[in-house]
Amino acid sequence: MGQAGDDKGQVLVVTSGKGGVGKTTSTAALGAALAHDGQKVVVVDFDVGLRNLDLVLGAERRVVFDLINVINGFAKLSQALIRDKRLTNLYLLPASQTRDKDALTEEGVAKVIEELRTNFDWVICDSPAGIERGATLAMRYADAAIIVTNPEVSSVRDSDRIIGLLDTTTAKAERGERINKHLLITRYNTSRAARGEMLAIDDVLEILSCPLLGIIPESKEVMRASNVGSPVTLNNALSAPARAYFDAARRLKGKDIPMLVPSESRSFLNTLFGRKAA
Amino acid sequence: MSLFYFFRRGSAPIARERLKILLAHDRIECSHPDLLGVLREEILAVVGRHISFEPDNVRIRLGRCKTTSTLAVDIEIPNGCRQSDVVLRPNRLPFGSGLDSNVSTTNQWVI
Repeated sequence: MGQAGDDKGQVLVVTSGKGGVGKTTSTAALGAALAHDGQKVVVVDFDVGLRNLDLVLGAERRVVFDLINVINGFAKLSQALIRDKRLTNLYLLPASQTRDKDALTEEGVAKVIEELRTNFDWVICDSPAGIERGATLAMRYADAAIIVTNPEVSSVRDSDRIIGLLDTTTAKAERGERINKHLLITRYNTSRAARGEMLAIDDVLEILSCPLLGIIPESKEVMRASNVGSPVTLNNALSAPARAYFDAARRLKGKDIPMLVPSESRSFLNTLFGRKAA
Repeated sequence: MSLFYFFRRGSAPIARERLKILLAHDRIECSHPDLLGVLREEILAVVGRHISFEPDNVRIRLGRCKTTSTLAVDIEIPNGCRQSDVVLRPNRLPFGSGLDSNVSTTNQWVI
């Protein structure tokens, strides 16, 4: 995909329809991976009333102003942006925890996104679950979408619905352009798929007809990272999910990386102590 | 569909087939929420221009197989219907506001 031809950054929406599939985890992990590679990144939480991106990034105690404050003109964008303490070119624009999603206006979101686009290489919008106002506004001004899907029937069905919305209700679609779509399969278990207990990658790709951005293996590292408030790509960069997210981030930048499902490398001690050492 | 597919055990193949059928239906419904309703009105309007029939005796069904879907329109026409009826009432629409309750619309799931 790569960046737009001009100085402006790419606006991505991380969406899924279904909740709990890994949108926020993926937003944080990809944002941190891109920032780690030297890109200037802002991650924007669109889940008004149920914000969590701040928590996953470990910035929950630093939130002063939020997206709604900026839209209402109560705060400047620069006042609301939180700079990550580990990566100096990673920023967070948090959602409001107290207001409801109706406080988001189309004009307000357009203005904020446009301002972010001129200041960052990547603007990654973390969509709320569902297909209501918050979700449609999160995807409204996106150049490209990352559709997060678990290899499971309800998640695949909801992703199909979201793909339909991306093709019809986004600003790009209304201008007659096509929004770039990338499928990110999370919580994938290679051995269960091989045994036929879980939808295989090819099944999901055939059903959704969408190019694949990456396959994130199911891993304890994901929860461990969110427990301590760090994107998995920073918390343990060598872990299987982190390597998969780094590969996905490089593909976003247009690099041709072979599609592999990284597996956990088990050290001698890990093998010896099993779960306890993992 | 590879050979491997046939030998693969587990529930994933069932999930895959269920999803394929379901999504074909979802896509029609979402892109055109009232497709059956619109089809019904327009088909009845066209047929009603030429033949008079009782709205009670109309059945519209959308059937679905693995690779194709079928639209079946069953209209019972009284045997006494003559060509002259058609000519005499070219613009007659044989249904009114109460049509919805008279027409049976069923989804057949043929797998």
